[in-house]
Amino acid sequence: MKEEMIIAGFGGQGVLSMGKILAYSGVMQDYEVSWMPSYGPEMRGGTANVTVMISDQPISSPIAHDYDTAIILNQQSMDKFENRVKPGGILIYDTNGITHHPTRKDIRIYTIDATEECAKRGNSRLFNTMILGGYLKVRPVVTLENVFAGLKKSLPERAWKSLPDNEEAIRTGMEIIREQI
Amino acid sequence: MAAEVEIKEENLVYGKNRLIKDNIMHYCPGCSHGTIHKLVAEVIDEMGLEGECIGVSPVGCSVFAYNYIDIDWAEAAHGRACAVATGIKRMYPNKMVFTYQGDGDLAAIGTGETIHACNRGENIVVIYVNNAIYGMTGGQMSPTTLVGMKTATTPYGRDPRLHGYPYKVADMVAHLEGVCYVTRQSVHTPANVRKAKKALRKAFENAMAGKGLSLVEFVATCNSGWKLSPVAANQWLEENMFPSYPLGDIKDI
Amino acid sequence: MKEVRLMKGNEVIAEAAVRAGCDGYFGYPITPQTEVIETLMEMKPWETTGMVVLQAESEIASINMVYGAASCGKRVMTSSSSPGISLMSEGLSYLAGAELPCLVLNVQRGGPGLGTIQPSQSDYFLATKAGGHGDFRMIVLAPNSVQEMYDFVSLGFELAFKYRNPVMMLSDGVIGQMMEKVMLSAPVPRMTDEYIKEHYGDWALTGKFGGRAGNIVTSLELDPAIQEQVNEKLQAKYQKITEQEVRYEEILCDDAEYFMVAFGSAARICSKVIEMARADGYKVGLIRPVTLYPYPSKVIAQRAQQAKGFLTVELNAGQMVEDVRLCVGNHIPVEYYGRMGGMVPTPGEVYEALKDKIINKLK
Repeated sequence: MKEEMIIAGFGGQGVLSMGKILAYSGVMQDYEVSWMPSYGPEMRGGTANVTVMISDQPISSPIAHDYDTAIILNQQSMDKFENRVKPGGILIYDTNGITHHPTRKDIRIYTIDATEECAKRGNSRLFNTMILGGYLKVRPVVTLENVFAGLKKSLPERAWKSLPDNEEAIRTGMEIIREQI
Repeated sequence: MAAEVEIKEENLVYGKNRLIKDNIMHYCPGCSHGTIHKLVAEVIDEMGLEGECIGVSPVGCSVFAYNYIDIDWAEAAHGRACAVATGIKRMYPNKMVFTYQGDGDLAAIGTGETIHACNRGENIVVIYVNNAIYGMTGGQMSPTTLVGMKTATTPYGRDPRLHGYPYKVADMVAHLEGVCYVTRQSVHTPANVRKAKKALRKAFENAMAGKGLSLVEFVATCNSGWKLSPVAANQWLEENMFPSYPLGDIKDI
Repeated sequence: MKEVRLMKGNEVIAEAAVRAGCDGYFGYPITPQTEVIETLMEMKPWETTGMVVLQAESEIASINMVYGAASCGKRVMTSSSSPGISLMSEGLSYLAGAELPCLVLNVQRGGPGLGTIQPSQSDYFLATKAGGHGDFRMIVLAPNSVQEMYDFVSLGFELAFKYRNPVMMLSDGVIGQMMEKVMLSAPVPRMTDEYIKEHYGDWALTGKFGGRAGNIVTSLELDPAIQEQVNEKLQAKYQKITEQEVRYEEILCDDAEYFMVAFGSAARICSKVIEMARADGYKVGLIRPVTLYPYPSKVIAQRAQQAKGFLTVELNAGQMVEDVRLCVGNHIPVEYYGRMGGMVPTPGEVYEALKDKIINKLK
């Protein structure tokens, strides 16, 4: 098992923490993991991305050029990363704010309207876990049990009260993700 | 030729303190450093701190202070004595840690380290010997050089339009909350030497009691740098240095 | 009491320091290593092990606080990133001159000047050849993973005390910012004051005891004849270090025809390149210097006997390549590939360079 993925979007969308939850989930499943963020002032408002690798073998390079999976949450990231999905790989995106939709034919493309779903529920803080749920539906690299454990591990104790909502958001994400035909 | 006099214990009225080493001092005749060293040694000895004391010597004339007083010493990079002393004191909070610095070391290159050690209220003593000139490099202007004073780098006298004004460190740091005691002393007369020793002792006691940082400024002579005889330098000190750097306590809490 | 955690390289430094029985950390914020002091402040080790953590007013003050604290025979460290390390250069020279043990972490970013906050390895020269004025050397450890960031803290202290010499851990923004699994070892207690007196009492500033004369920590000697002797003693120490402390890793070198040499994050990228090259049938190996000083010259010189060519991969303009050329000589090509200014090459990019500069030219 080996998954090399990028999660990219705006700072504040929970891009880095989504990566962190996944990395922790990988640890729970006894996999090797790496989590390599973009860092610096761009974290606050500009684009942010994180490369996450999960593997049953030691991870050589934490840096990659192309990815098994790309989760894309804004147009800038779409422009940058659509072409860096490996042939046969997966691209997941939220249609909100996307003006130029992906056109590649050699990859599987999924949409997940998490922004809209969160707006309905009036809780934008569940956005990243909802996206995560969608991802896990199409790429179940770790068990749901370990994702919940990783979610807990990645949060400070004071935030544990939000665990049930986030777990539900993961399940919702699994339901609302759609393959783009 | 005078007859040789045998020195007997019962006839002794004065001797060098036992912590002063036998090394021959490199200071110029008439320099204030020798007297100040003596006071430091006496205060350490009289307070029974020989084994508790760690000194930090600077870059400047007193760089070799460690050759004259037999305690543990670190020699610091130029200006960094207060940072080095902070490192030592934080490792050994119960030790008596002090720096011994001139005006070039403390008031020019070491301004930042000095102010921040003061501001953190490090429980140390800063012994600050201000003779308004760089002695070791041969008499250049320091931040505390008086207006009009001729030095190797102000051969026509210090002109405030070019070089700014004499920098009064003691007045400045007295405003900082971490500082408990600031005083200006001199050692140019026996009476002043006695007063200065009391001030130094108070500073050491403050540090041991954890009251904060004490700064003891010695307004001092550099007769070589000033190009005066020792006696004339003492007179010049009174007439020219004291108006800018008046003696007495500035802060004592 | 071993424990697996997922941590950032910078965060793990804080954990490692406390667990290695560190007595004091003095530092100043600078990206990309600020998590070191933030994590330490969060951990509050002064309430548990008694370790001191102090935010200084500058890197200059930090390194001089380290000098003072190291003078006490204590286990002390600082961390910074490239511009801050420049400011520490003077202090590093004094520490080496006064023969004081300490650990200095450099999480490198791109330069020159204020440069960028993104990852770089452009302080190779600074760390291995010009850490400050005067003839001195630092032992330089180059971690390539979060685990090595952890392990090299205690190794760094061990070497620093063994040789009474500053040790620099030369990391970069990739290793400092990334998270990986790390195995934490059981904590080691701090040295007691009695232990320090017993083992280092002949040089450390402990306060006089047992009738000894005052100890003097200094790097000053006005008599050039004596200063030369001081230097000869230091050089003899460095010689011993080069004989005893070389550390390196070889990956698939035994049958290799083409060699890459890389350290730190660049070595991680290269280990992926090897997988790619081997899949294409090219016999490529990697030599990864773990100590940059002392440098693994012998192994590189030996591998040069079987090699058709070498490529160094560095996040700089080609610094270590000079050392590799010294080891290899002129009989085969030694090329360099790298990116600068905070750009990090991908494995694919490096593989193309390897083919372009070495394999296709020599096969």
